[in-house]
Amino acid sequence: MSLLQVERLTRRFGGLIALDDVSFSVPSGSLSAVIGPNGAGKTTLFNLISGFIPPSEGCVRFDGHDFAGLKPHQVAARGLVRTFQLVRPFPAMSIAENVRVGTHLRTKGGVLAALLGQPAQERRVADRALQLLDRVGLASVADQAPSSLGYGQLRLLEIARALATQPKLLLLDEPAAGLNHVETDRLGLLLRALHADGLTILLIEHDMRLVMDLAEYVVVLDFGRKIAEGPADAVARDPAVLDAYLGGADA
Amino acid sequence: MPSNIIGWARLIAGVLGLSAVAYIAVTGNYLLTALGFAAIYVVFVAALNLFMGHAGQVSFGQNAFAAIGGYGSAILTANHGWPPMLAMLASALLAALVALVVGQATLRLRGHYLAMGTLALGLISYEIAVQWEQVTGGYMGISGIPPLSIGGFAAETDRQVFLVLALAAVLACWSVWRLRRSRFGRAMGAVAGSEEAAAALGVDVARTKVITFVAAAVYASVAGSLMAHAVGYISPEVFGLHMVVVGFTMLYVGGIGTTLGPLVGAFVIGMLPEVIRGFRDVQDLVYGVVLILILIRAPGGLAGAWRR
Repeated sequence: MSLLQVERLTRRFGGLIALDDVSFSVPSGSLSAVIGPNGAGKTTLFNLISGFIPPSEGCVRFDGHDFAGLKPHQVAARGLVRTFQLVRPFPAMSIAENVRVGTHLRTKGGVLAALLGQPAQERRVADRALQLLDRVGLASVADQAPSSLGYGQLRLLEIARALATQPKLLLLDEPAAGLNHVETDRLGLLLRALHADGLTILLIEHDMRLVMDLAEYVVVLDFGRKIAEGPADAVARDPAVLDAYLGGADA
Repeated sequence: MPSNIIGWARLIAGVLGLSAVAYIAVTGNYLLTALGFAAIYVVFVAALNLFMGHAGQVSFGQNAFAAIGGYGSAILTANHGWPPMLAMLASALLAALVALVVGQATLRLRGHYLAMGTLALGLISYEIAVQWEQVTGGYMGISGIPPLSIGGFAAETDRQVFLVLALAAVLACWSVWRLRRSRFGRAMGAVAGSEEAAAALGVDVARTKVITFVAAAVYASVAGSLMAHAVGYISPEVFGLHMVVVGFTMLYVGGIGTTLGPLVGAFVIGMLPEVIRGFRDVQDLVYGVVLILILIRAPGGLAGAWRR
C-alpha cells in the first residue's frame, strides 16, 4: 500500500516551471529516493510535499488524506517529517534539548502546565532524547552546544530530532550534502537500520553513490520533469538518466 | 566550595550583592526606594527576556502593557474603590486580551519590521494616556492610588513595600525559568533558533509567538500595577519610551537569554545612579562610561559572564 502519493504536482514561479506534472508514489515501509542533477526541481518537490510552499496544480496525498492547504506544522503532525539540506540546529539549546524539541507532537502542555511542572513527562522526554542520541552516536556529547559538532554530526542530530516526532515518513533533503565518505557511509548504515525497523524513508539526493547503495525505488527528475522511475539498478542503466547526469555534466 | 578563581569571584559577588540588599532592607536606608524600583523593573525585564531572549522576537512596545496595568490599577482602585489585587488581575487580563488581538497582526512581522510595529504600539498607548483626559487625567495623571493589600494586610511602610516587590521579582524570574524549561519553553527556543525547523517538527510557530507575547504582556502589566501602587501616583511619562530604553539596557547589561540576567541588570542599572551620585556634574558621563565598559568586558551581559 502506498503511504505517500504525489499526483500531477506542478509548481510555477512566475514564468518558470520548477516542477511540471510530476506523479509517483512511495509504498509504506520502503526506502525510496528522488534524484536528479542540480536545478532539477528536487528541493521544490520537497517543499511542496512538506507543505512549505503550496502547489500550483496537483496534490499530495498522505496516509489517505489530501494535504491541500496544510501548514508545515500540520503536515508534521500527520506523520510526515522533513530535514533540511542546510542543517538548522537550535543554537541556544544543548544537543539533547534539540532532540527534546522533537517530542513536541508526542507530548502535551502549555504555559500553565509549565508553571505547575510535569516531572513525569519531562523524564520521559529526556530518556527518549538520550535514546535517540545513542542511536545516532551522539550520546556522549548530549550536554554540549550544537556549535561543537561538525557538519556530519549536525546531520545526525537533525535526524535524531526528526525521529523524536515518531514520523510515519521521514523526508531527507540531500542528507549526504557536505559529508565526507566516512560520514556518508555512517549515514547509510543508520538509514538502513531505520528502514529495517519499518520506517518509511524518502530521500532527495544528488549523491548517486548513496542512492544506488540504499534506495529500493528511484524517481529521476530533470528540468522539473520526471524522466524515469523504477528499481535502482534499472534506473542506473536507463539511457535518459545517463544522459541527464553525464550529458548534463559535460555540457 | 568553588574550585577555581572564577567560582570564588561568583561566590563573593553573590554574597556582596545579597548582603548589600539585606543591609539596605534591614536599616531602612533611603536606598530602599531605589531597590524597590529595581525590583519592579525585574518583573518588566523578565518578560522582555521571555519574548526577546527566549523566543527570539523583539518588542519596543512592552511599555504599552505596563501602561494598561498601571492605569487599570490606578483607575479601578483610586476612582472605583476596587481591592488592589483584583484590580491588578483585571488589568492583566485586559493586557492579555489586547496582546492577543495586537499580536495576531503584529507578529506576522519579523526583525526590524516587528521592532517598528511594536514601537508604534508603545507610542499609541502614550498618546492615549495623554489625550483621554476624563479617564487617564492627561498629563496630570492619577494620584491617590492606595498601597498594595491582601485581605486586611496592607504594605504601607517602605520595608513592607520592598518585601512585596522583592517577592514579585523573585516570582517573575522563577516563573520565566520554569517556562523556559518546559515543553512550551522548548517550542519558544525552537522558534528563536529556526522557524522552519521548528515548524518541520510540528511546532505551531505563529501560535507560539502569540502565546509568548501574551505572557510577556501579563508580566509587563503586573509591573505597571506594582509601579502604580508603590508610588501612589502615575502619569504618561512613567510608561513612556524611557521605560523601554531602561528595560533594554537592563536586559543587555544583565544578560539576554539568561535566567538571572533581568535580576542582575535591573539591580545594577537601577542602583548605579545612586552609587555614582557623588560625581555630581559628571554623573551622566560616568553612567555612560560604566555601561560601555560592562558591554565591552561582558558582551553576553553580567549574568552571561557569570555563567562562563
